[in-house]
Amino acid sequence: MADLVGAWHSAARSRAGTPRGRHIGGRARLRGLLGVGGLLVLIAAAVLLPSLGELDQSKVNYGTRLLAPSTAHPFGTDANGADLLLRSFAGLRVSLLVAALCAAISTVLGSLFGAISGALGGWPDRLLMRLVDTVNAVPHLLLGIVIVALFRGNLWAVVASIALTHWTTVARIVRAEVLSLRERPFIDAAISGGSSRARILRRHLLPAIVGQAAISAVLLLPHAVWHETALSFLGLGLPPHLASIGNILTEARRAVLLGSWWVVVFPSVLLVLTTLATSGLAAGWRDRLVPRRRSELAL
Amino acid sequence: MVERGEVDAARVMPHSAHRSRYHAVLGLIGRRLLFAVPVFGVVSFGVFLLAAASPFDPLDQYYGVRMNRASEADLARAREQLGTDDSVFVQFGRWVGGVFTGDLGVSRSFRQPVTEVLAERLPWTVLLCAVGLVLAIALAVTLGVLAAWRQGGWADRLITATGHALEGIPPFVLALLSIAVFSLALGWLPVAGLTDAGAGLSAGQVARHLALPALVLGISQAPWLVLHLRQSMLSSLADEHVTGARARGLGERLVVLRHALPTALLPLITLIGVRVPELVTGAVLVEEVFSWPGAAAAVVQAALAVDFPLLAALTLLAAGTTLLGSLFADVTTALLDPRVATDG
Repeated sequence: MADLVGAWHSAARSRAGTPRGRHIGGRARLRGLLGVGGLLVLIAAAVLLPSLGELDQSKVNYGTRLLAPSTAHPFGTDANGADLLLRSFAGLRVSLLVAALCAAISTVLGSLFGAISGALGGWPDRLLMRLVDTVNAVPHLLLGIVIVALFRGNLWAVVASIALTHWTTVARIVRAEVLSLRERPFIDAAISGGSSRARILRRHLLPAIVGQAAISAVLLLPHAVWHETALSFLGLGLPPHLASIGNILTEARRAVLLGSWWVVVFPSVLLVLTTLATSGLAAGWRDRLVPRRRSELAL
Repeated sequence: MVERGEVDAARVMPHSAHRSRYHAVLGLIGRRLLFAVPVFGVVSFGVFLLAAASPFDPLDQYYGVRMNRASEADLARAREQLGTDDSVFVQFGRWVGGVFTGDLGVSRSFRQPVTEVLAERLPWTVLLCAVGLVLAIALAVTLGVLAAWRQGGWADRLITATGHALEGIPPFVLALLSIAVFSLALGWLPVAGLTDAGAGLSAGQVARHLALPALVLGISQAPWLVLHLRQSMLSSLADEHVTGARARGLGERLVVLRHALPTALLPLITLIGVRVPELVTGAVLVEEVFSWPGAAAAVVQAALAVDFPLLAALTLLAAGTTLLGSLFADVTTALLDPRVATDG
């Protein structure tokens, strides 16, 4: 009995949009705030820092090769003698730019796919969802590697490799949302008013899923950063003049064998902080906007 | 994946229902295998289309530097032999025909048939993944149970926080850091490879070289499993049968391990099956960093050398593993949990 009351309470609370208990809600909000703050600091540093110092990634300076962290070089220097602090933040800027571009493309792609699939219903919907299953049947990094390998050295191949593998999650979420929207009275009203399918999709369904799509885009960001870093780390990603954190870590593999731990540690910490901040922001925002979908949206 | 049927805990299943349940599971397996056929077809054709659109000339790989010295006639003959001028459909048809006769083509980067490369390398990947997965599951069960049992305590906070932090750390960063600490700073374990240079292949050698990669793979896979098991343990600790066990005065250890844990393990099995793609991804990165001579590291070598036959075979292999993983998840859940419908 007590269980029943408890269940009813939490259901009523989530319908009203109030978080379950102060403790959990407070922690989620703290996580979200920390995420926003951390990401803002990281972005500001990534934009400002590299332009403050002099950084020429094509130059090799053997005089300052693999110096341990000091006041002149807080992160130390890498195997080419470049300041690692500047390089890491420049790499972070590249990673974030590529990730944002990819997240945007795959969100648009996935939203359209999911919305069309959900709006059509019936066998076209089943067919399109089978296509999603098929894309998901290949591990994303592997599919990405195949794409990048066949179009090597092309920046757009990296973008395509990430965008073409990550849209499926968005498509699933958006389709589920459209399927539930379809049953709402305002769609019935639009149908009775004589709207065509295309008009309903354009004027009623797509605007209603914008919020979900935006959250998906933010949730995709850490995945996209991760994917790009992994590709660059494997030597299949971005070209050296656009070095991202992945490129820096690849070069660090040799340096670490010489005992230079800082070449691995600082860029890694930066990467992990970015991932944590982005996912914290995404989780906080999600809980704020759609409290009842907390578990469903976990990417 | 799994459709939850109507839950009717009070209904006792008659004997004949058990038998029809096995039939239903067999039907599920059959349908999944049937679905695998179009998946393989679409994936391999998609890869072929990508290759056809690629600006890369397969002859480059075939000839390498000798390309510059080869005469026009030689190149034309090679093209004729390799059939690179045929349309995508013809090349695809030839490849599919080869697959059915066990001929996957010749790997250009390893300079041996693809089937040989796979036969040599696949066992090492399976070994690494199996040991890594067992480690991850062991970690998940011990830490997940501990965290849920002492919910809100310091152990729970430590485990949950570490789990969330580890989720954000890519496996290759973990691998690099572990090499820096355990191989270089402490000198306990070898840096990379399958055996020491010049040493023969022996169980002791392999075990020493396997320890670090398997540990990294296991730890990078563990966070999801730990956090998931903690969650399902929490809900199963609040279940009525656990309250009943407590009311009967059973010991804490018995209640947690024999009454709460079994129901909490069920979703973990599903999760393991569904997370096969992540395991494969982790294997690619870990094998690459540790120069482990497995099939997953061959993906990277094949990609760097644009070795199309090997790349296509490995992609299909990964797709097959993913489908098997999700089939394993659904079949075990259907067999272990009578409430699950089998028509999904």
